[in-house]
Amino acid sequence: MSHANSAIPYTTEIREDTGLYNGKLGMWLFLASEVMLFGALFSAYVFLRLGAREGEWPHGLLNIPIGTFNTLVLITSSLTVALSWTSLKLGDFQRYRRLQYVTLGCAVAFLAIKSFEYNDKFNHYEVWLNEPFASQDHPLLAGQAVDADAPIPSIIGHIEGIGPFQTVETLKEAGATAVTIHPDKYHYRLSAWQQAERNLKEASTRAGATSADAEDHAELSIDLSRVARLSPLAPRHSTYFASYFTLTGLHALHVIGGILAFAYLLWPGARMWREDPERYTNRIEVTGLFWHFIDLLWIFLFPILYLL
Amino acid sequence: MSSQTHELGFARKYIFSLDHKVIGIQYGVTSLAFVFLGLMLMLLMRWQIANPGEAVPLVGGLMESVMGDPASEGKISADLYNMFGAMHGTIMIFLGVVPLVFGAFGNYLVPLQVGAPDMAFPKLNMFSYHLYLWGGLVMLASFLVPGGPAQAGWTSYPPLTTIIPTDGQTYWIIAMVIIITSSLLGSINIITTVIQLRAPGLTWGRLPFFVWTEFVTAFLLLLSFPPLESGAILQLVDRMFGASFFMPHDLVVSGAPLTDISGGGSPLLWQHLFWFLGHPEVYVLVLAPMGIVTEVIANNTRKPIWGYRAMVGSVLAIGFLSMVVWAHHMFMTGMGSNISMFFQTTTTIISIPSVIIMTCLLLSLWGGSIRFTLPMLFAITFLPMFGIGGLTGIPMAFNSTDTVLHDSYYIIGHFHYLVAPGTLFAVFAGIYYWFPKATGRHMNKALGHVHYWGSLVCMNLIFFPMLAQGLAGMGRRMSDGGYNYSLANPSNEGVVGALSATIMGLNVVIAWSVLALALFQLPFIFNFFYSIFAGQKVESDNPWLATTLEWQTPTPPPHGNFVGEVVVHRGAYDYSLAYKAQRSSPTPEWDDEVDEPLDFEPQNQPPSDADAIGTAVAGS
Repeated sequence: MSHANSAIPYTTEIREDTGLYNGKLGMWLFLASEVMLFGALFSAYVFLRLGAREGEWPHGLLNIPIGTFNTLVLITSSLTVALSWTSLKLGDFQRYRRLQYVTLGCAVAFLAIKSFEYNDKFNHYEVWLNEPFASQDHPLLAGQAVDADAPIPSIIGHIEGIGPFQTVETLKEAGATAVTIHPDKYHYRLSAWQQAERNLKEASTRAGATSADAEDHAELSIDLSRVARLSPLAPRHSTYFASYFTLTGLHALHVIGGILAFAYLLWPGARMWREDPERYTNRIEVTGLFWHFIDLLWIFLFPILYLL
Repeated sequence: MSSQTHELGFARKYIFSLDHKVIGIQYGVTSLAFVFLGLMLMLLMRWQIANPGEAVPLVGGLMESVMGDPASEGKISADLYNMFGAMHGTIMIFLGVVPLVFGAFGNYLVPLQVGAPDMAFPKLNMFSYHLYLWGGLVMLASFLVPGGPAQAGWTSYPPLTTIIPTDGQTYWIIAMVIIITSSLLGSINIITTVIQLRAPGLTWGRLPFFVWTEFVTAFLLLLSFPPLESGAILQLVDRMFGASFFMPHDLVVSGAPLTDISGGGSPLLWQHLFWFLGHPEVYVLVLAPMGIVTEVIANNTRKPIWGYRAMVGSVLAIGFLSMVVWAHHMFMTGMGSNISMFFQTTTTIISIPSVIIMTCLLLSLWGGSIRFTLPMLFAITFLPMFGIGGLTGIPMAFNSTDTVLHDSYYIIGHFHYLVAPGTLFAVFAGIYYWFPKATGRHMNKALGHVHYWGSLVCMNLIFFPMLAQGLAGMGRRMSDGGYNYSLANPSNEGVVGALSATIMGLNVVIAWSVLALALFQLPFIFNFFYSIFAGQKVESDNPWLATTLEWQTPTPPPHGNFVGEVVVHRGAYDYSLAYKAQRSSPTPEWDDEVDEPLDFEPQNQPPSDADAIGTAVAGS
């Protein structure tokens, strides 16, 4: 135990001239550095996007309904954190605990949904050809005059039978000569594909077939010798996906950090509630600040990555 | 007096200590060791430059066995030269000087000078040191990985860094992320301590200047390090997951286009992220040393610092401006003359507050009864050395002159004048000055003088010739020190394209001076450890008769620092109090062997009737 002098002042009580206790100031400073960390990453995003070539920045490849749902999940968790702090202020530990179960549930749900999204991306490939697609390449393109001004250099879809993270070299090393790709209707990036799909649907509806049939036929085998490059929708796909995975990955690490902090305070750290309830409440407030920052961060990430 | 009711074990006391003073000393010893390692790397490099193509004597075999291929036959190959160069810069800046001026001095002194029992977050403080140590060890471990450590300079410019196939660069990035995290935690701690834990009565206007400099330094680290951390993360993603943040379209490496990257990135992006840290970092390296020098000068001239308020304003101005000058490191990248114009303007403006601080320090000497103690020798030398460094920097601020000088040895000479005889001399001043408080013993004077004069002469023999070499056109990145370049046009000696024999001969002078500089550090190292156990004991808790709060503690300060409550009643530099000098026996010489008149009031000395007299005398 220490001498009385070595007790550090303002760990719990508020210093009059600043209106803060140490932990709260420390957290605000930490958040300032976080703003600079993510500020630099956002700047990098702007810098790269402004410098991107015409048509190079992908659009519409992320699932907006899922992203919106995840935004709501995270906002809910922020709300329960704020309410749980209020409960502690009112001395209602049981209510605090129930609310924090909801917080942790939301946080875990957010990560689960995110990992589902990640997995979906890792299993979709974009294949770039040496020469643009010709009309005989695919039923979708049949009868379409392939416009020389708007060539279709690549296709996005699910590739059966290969895992994520393959390259042309690794496929060739594995002895493959062609890849079979199922163009994904959500991922027809180029308007020519969308137009072709619409034409085919109309044609097959007239012929009495369902659109599901049309999708079943939408399968395409491409000889590897025609492939210039292929990449899953992963960081090496493009600077867009590199930004997406870096930003959301770092955000997810913060979510994990927040979960660990809340879980610690909810279970082993809860002893402090009996010994020093004010300090314990402060800890929830400070961790809550961090959690709100995570929430705020996502509110910036969602539009710039999903919507814009 | 002892603050402990039971003794802590060795590990808790010296390795996992929560006491800011122990952590400060841990930082100090570790970072001094790194500085010495950085000097050793430089010794090898300078030897190679003076003797291009020859095997290194004595340690050549050892180098080959540790480093393998790049050091074959005990020679420093161009690759190995690049590795040593990159690691010299990284070690000196991120593992040496920053932890020294911020971690060591900041940790040890700031809580003492603000009258606090410890840092605001002691556990975070311990964690910060351990992160730093582990980051440093990861950086050192990169010497042992196949292919050697990072070799793309301390600035690690991509795409070069991304296409280097060996793992050294990945170690560099990971180590940097750890070190940056450590700095962040340290800066949060220092800022919170200064804002929250100032003793009652210690208003902002009464803070010692050193605390102000550490406070601003902490803000610089807090706000400018994260963008480099972002850059490091992006570079890690580039290297490990094949992303193209810094890889442009149509990149051709060794004649072959890279096919399996997406491209679309920008090498300039890294340079912006790096220098957004890199320039504030320069002020991280010099602000705290300015603070140390201020403390030592005030104490040894027995005068209040001239223009304290102007200095505080200037240090705040520097802190702000240093965030908006970064791209003057990038004039050579072709980012456009409009951008260059903005940054050369801000760079010119930032010299104003720097000059104000230096002028105030210079004027503080005026009319002072200067005691040439050991710390004062180092502190007073800081002024001209820093002055040379600063003035040689002015041509670098301008786009047009910078374009000529930037890739020459001139810039090496310029910034080393700031950090070697500048920052390091201030650090030595600080060590000699506060050693008696930390250990209760003085460092040996004779050895200190050998260390001082030897270092002063050698540092100038090393760095001044570099300015001449640079102006003569010697490039800064040649592993043979310009030897082949000097042969390029042998018939026209002195003409552009060749370097004269005099300029080349300076390489030999520099090499011997580096060796001598290393040898002159040995008396310091011996003195440091010898004096801890056998130095001359201090007679009082305040051997230098200083005003600031750290001297009003027991020696060495116990855990918890102060005995009784600290209340501050006056500014940090209440020296030259005529009424006090008159009352005590006057002594003609200000020799520290003789009893000096008590011409000062410690900051925690309550006001007395004499203060009224003092005001009258001062106002007359």
